[in-house]
Amino acid sequence: MNPVPPTGGSVLAAAHGPLSLVQDIDWAAIAPPLAVASAALVVLLADLFLSGPRKVWLAWLSLAGLATALGLLLPLRGGGRATFCAPADPATGGPPACSYVVSDLTLVLQLVLIGSAAVVVLLSMPMTAPRPWADESGSDRAVPGGEYHFLLLASVAGAVTLAAARDLVTLVVALETLSLPAFALVGLRRDARGGEAALKYFLLSVAATAVLLFGVSLLYGATGAVHLDRIAAALTTLDPKLDTVAATGAGLVLVGFAFKVAAVPFHFWLPDTYRGAPVPVAAYLSVVSKTAGFAGLLLVAGIGLRPYAHVWGPALAVLAALTMTVGNVVAVRVATGSGDAVRLLAWSSIAQSGYVLVPFGTAAGDGADLADRLPASVAYLAVYAVMNLGAFAVVATVGRDRPTGVVGDYRGLVRVRPWLALAMAFFLLCLAGLPPGLMGLFAKVAVFQSVVAGGTGWLAVVMAVNVVVALYYYLVWTALLFQPPVPGPPPVAGDGEAAGTLGSGGTLRVPAPFAVAIGLAFGLGVVLSVAPQIVLRVLTVPGLLG
Amino acid sequence: MSVVLIVAIVLPLIAGSALIAFPVDDRRARYAGVAVTGAVLGLTVVLAGAFDRDDARTMQFETDRAWASSLGLRFHLGVDGISLPLIVLTALLTFLVAVHSLGKLPDGGSARAYVALVLVLEAGVLGTFAALDLILFFLAFEVVLVPMYFLIARWGTPGERGPAAFKFILYTLLGSALMLLGFLLVQAHTGTFDITELAARGGDGMSRGVQITAFLAIGLGLAVKVPMWPLHTWLPDAHTAAPTGGSVLLAGVLLKMGTYGLVRIAVPALPQGAEEFAPYLGAFGAVGIVYGSLVCLALLRSPDGDLKRIIAYSSVGHMGFALLGIATLTAQGINGALFVNIGHGLITGLLFFLAGAVKERSGTALLGRIGGSLYARAPRLGGLLAFAAVAGLGLPGLAGFWGELLAMYGAYHPADELSRGLFLVLLVAAALGTVLTAAYMLGIVRAVCGGPGLAASGTSETDDVGPMAEGAPLVRVDPLPDVGRVDVVAWAPLVAFTVVLGLWPATLLAVTDPAVRALLGGGA
Repeated sequence: MNPVPPTGGSVLAAAHGPLSLVQDIDWAAIAPPLAVASAALVVLLADLFLSGPRKVWLAWLSLAGLATALGLLLPLRGGGRATFCAPADPATGGPPACSYVVSDLTLVLQLVLIGSAAVVVLLSMPMTAPRPWADESGSDRAVPGGEYHFLLLASVAGAVTLAAARDLVTLVVALETLSLPAFALVGLRRDARGGEAALKYFLLSVAATAVLLFGVSLLYGATGAVHLDRIAAALTTLDPKLDTVAATGAGLVLVGFAFKVAAVPFHFWLPDTYRGAPVPVAAYLSVVSKTAGFAGLLLVAGIGLRPYAHVWGPALAVLAALTMTVGNVVAVRVATGSGDAVRLLAWSSIAQSGYVLVPFGTAAGDGADLADRLPASVAYLAVYAVMNLGAFAVVATVGRDRPTGVVGDYRGLVRVRPWLALAMAFFLLCLAGLPPGLMGLFAKVAVFQSVVAGGTGWLAVVMAVNVVVALYYYLVWTALLFQPPVPGPPPVAGDGEAAGTLGSGGTLRVPAPFAVAIGLAFGLGVVLSVAPQIVLRVLTVPGLLG
Repeated sequence: MSVVLIVAIVLPLIAGSALIAFPVDDRRARYAGVAVTGAVLGLTVVLAGAFDRDDARTMQFETDRAWASSLGLRFHLGVDGISLPLIVLTALLTFLVAVHSLGKLPDGGSARAYVALVLVLEAGVLGTFAALDLILFFLAFEVVLVPMYFLIARWGTPGERGPAAFKFILYTLLGSALMLLGFLLVQAHTGTFDITELAARGGDGMSRGVQITAFLAIGLGLAVKVPMWPLHTWLPDAHTAAPTGGSVLLAGVLLKMGTYGLVRIAVPALPQGAEEFAPYLGAFGAVGIVYGSLVCLALLRSPDGDLKRIIAYSSVGHMGFALLGIATLTAQGINGALFVNIGHGLITGLLFFLAGAVKERSGTALLGRIGGSLYARAPRLGGLLAFAAVAGLGLPGLAGFWGELLAMYGAYHPADELSRGLFLVLLVAAALGTVLTAAYMLGIVRAVCGGPGLAASGTSETDDVGPMAEGAPLVRVDPLPDVGRVDVVAWAPLVAFTVVLGLWPATLLAVTDPAVRALLGGGA
């Protein structure tokens, strides 16, 4: 039976009776991704008619599309909408299953994804429309604006859809819509470094997709369902002979998503990709793409594979411990070694992924209390988006005038651009989880709370040690901001001669879009530090995971 | 009146943030620092005046609002007889440090930043002493880390400040992360972060195993801060490298956060855990007493002995008395620990001020190079140093005496659950420690203050002992600038309180004792 009361397509539906394949679509529910996708097409077309300085309108169009999508989230506030539903299962008599569900979880994730994408667009403006921001020296190595914004919005559309997807096929399609444009974005600058980064990202990503698809097929074979809630129902009553098949499928699906979120040991693509990509694209990958990956993981593990929590729980716990430990240890080595700013943020973002994975690792034997644990990951993701985007925004700003891109460039930043330095210090301390970065601290407390309440003591201790290790490199960087500039080579070795000259006479331009992006992240960070309940509410929303 | 408490905590935070964010010229920033810390001191004095002494056992000036209800975090502040003296001490010492900063600051950065960091630090410490919610306590505990890191890393002794600052913050953060895990474990089993509520329940709802695990985590975290031997190794480096104001605050108030946390949270909320670990706390405390004084004696004999390092190790010993007092789980012992806190805050604060003055005037804190003869070169400074050293060794009639006496008295009759034999052994060790303490404190006086004021020419500066040194005529050692006007203002209150608390210990004990008994009563 078609669960949606026939209105629009009622003639056909009535004519074909209960077997009708034509169904009504809740357009309001799918409006946000539609708005983003339409904006992508508009940008692609507009690119043909805009030239020269007017290319900047492409970025404004992108922003308008994302703002519309944000606005369209408003009417959905109540949640509880669904569309693309399969009729109730005639065999089991179970409820209808829907492919696209707008729940509280969907809304939170879509809000984070679209908001972060808007900040990325701001960061991309000088790069995609050199005038009026670029100077004669061409420090903004131009990328084609039309293609760039089209690809970016297309990717965002995939991410936004992914957050609402509730069946494996939609999930995979959304994930690919997210990933394919991202490969191109990484290599869009068409230099050797970008090309290598894009190729590496592409090859490993495709391999991961293959693994994911294989897992999906095994799960489908074992359960006969693609909808997450039906898979969950089928797994609880599974023929024991199929248990191994289903468990293998579950494992492979999770590996596919682990690649997306760059969990160790599936992280090898990440540092080189971030380093080779333009900084705004790296910011995009580290926040939007990663949040979408975690959204997929949340949905698949938290809903579809909930009966198998005893299988994937311990595995993800080990993965979380590995991810944060490797991320932090290598980040410390980067900080004491080459001091490359983007590489440092790349490894730090791997470590941060580990913290997001921690609540997954506490999955209890039967998954009964999963719904109390996993929301901590959502809260952490939301906070992480703000602080990581802020840090990337500052790196993008400083990187324009200091192309060496090493941490030593930040020495004495406070003398040149006091507010920029204070904002960077705030973001770094948020990432470290120390006051005054209360936002990051609250997020870490939420994760700690979930893991301690879940009874996985060893993971809590591993994370505690990691937080301390991570403090080292965040603090080295923060301290540099306030150090007086010294003539001569900076203590953090760089390969460039320009390093360390920032405080001694060098100027630093902050283009208006960068200032707005940093101001937004900083303002939001301060608000969330004072009133953390805005984000932490997700911890106590009943039935966040359905 | 609860508004006064909030203002006292938030005012320095806002003022500090404003000083960091907006460019104010250095001279104004220094005066702003004095004005704000003075106002906070005034507010805490108002609180102390309004505090109902007859009801010191209950929380007063309470505020209790939800902050992040999903975490269970509440903005819950209050003051009782245990926290009131520490709050006043913090406000006093910070004010004195701000006054002291009117004088010469070591190179390292603008005075504006220095004052701003001191103000944020003050807010954190006051918040720690007033917090009645475990997470709020943890937050305030963390607030002090970054300012103190920068105080050491920027204004510390060149050459040693970087590693010392890192050691300080990494050790303390590791401790506080463990402490947070302990807090969350407590909450997971009791459903509340409320400190008064947990103290009233006295461990109800937590099995013995949970209490032991939680006490281990919380206790370790606090023990790093105390610092308890053998977790003290960050302290000598941090104290030695820190600028004078930083050392004073570090020793005077930051260390107190550790013992305060044990008394406020760990012992009353986790009585079975406390019972299990009390012998260890006591034993490590006693080892700390003896170890600290032995290291001081060794440093005193070494030509490279650093005056500030000796005082830092003396803190390990003094805080050992506080640990021993807490470990007895008796009212006497815990009152003693609290008295040690206050006495140590006053006396060691003064000692660090004086050591900083000596270092500033003679250019070094190395005993071999200061040149001695302070009595002759700067008689008032020498006299004050002798006074502080004598107070530090626990001379009866001064503030250092009562705390140690009460702690040892508590060890003579520990709580019934504890082995009396063990505590008698610890008592003997602590008594031995007092003798050793007296030895090195007097040794300091002899090395720094004593001497005829005459030396063979050239030996007062060991750098250039030339061939002329042999048989050279005796000359007067260069005099040093004596106590200045700013110094008088900064040091006189410490001297006065040391004498007052030494002569009338009841002024403090009358406030702490009812609260301590209430905590133990709730825990028994």
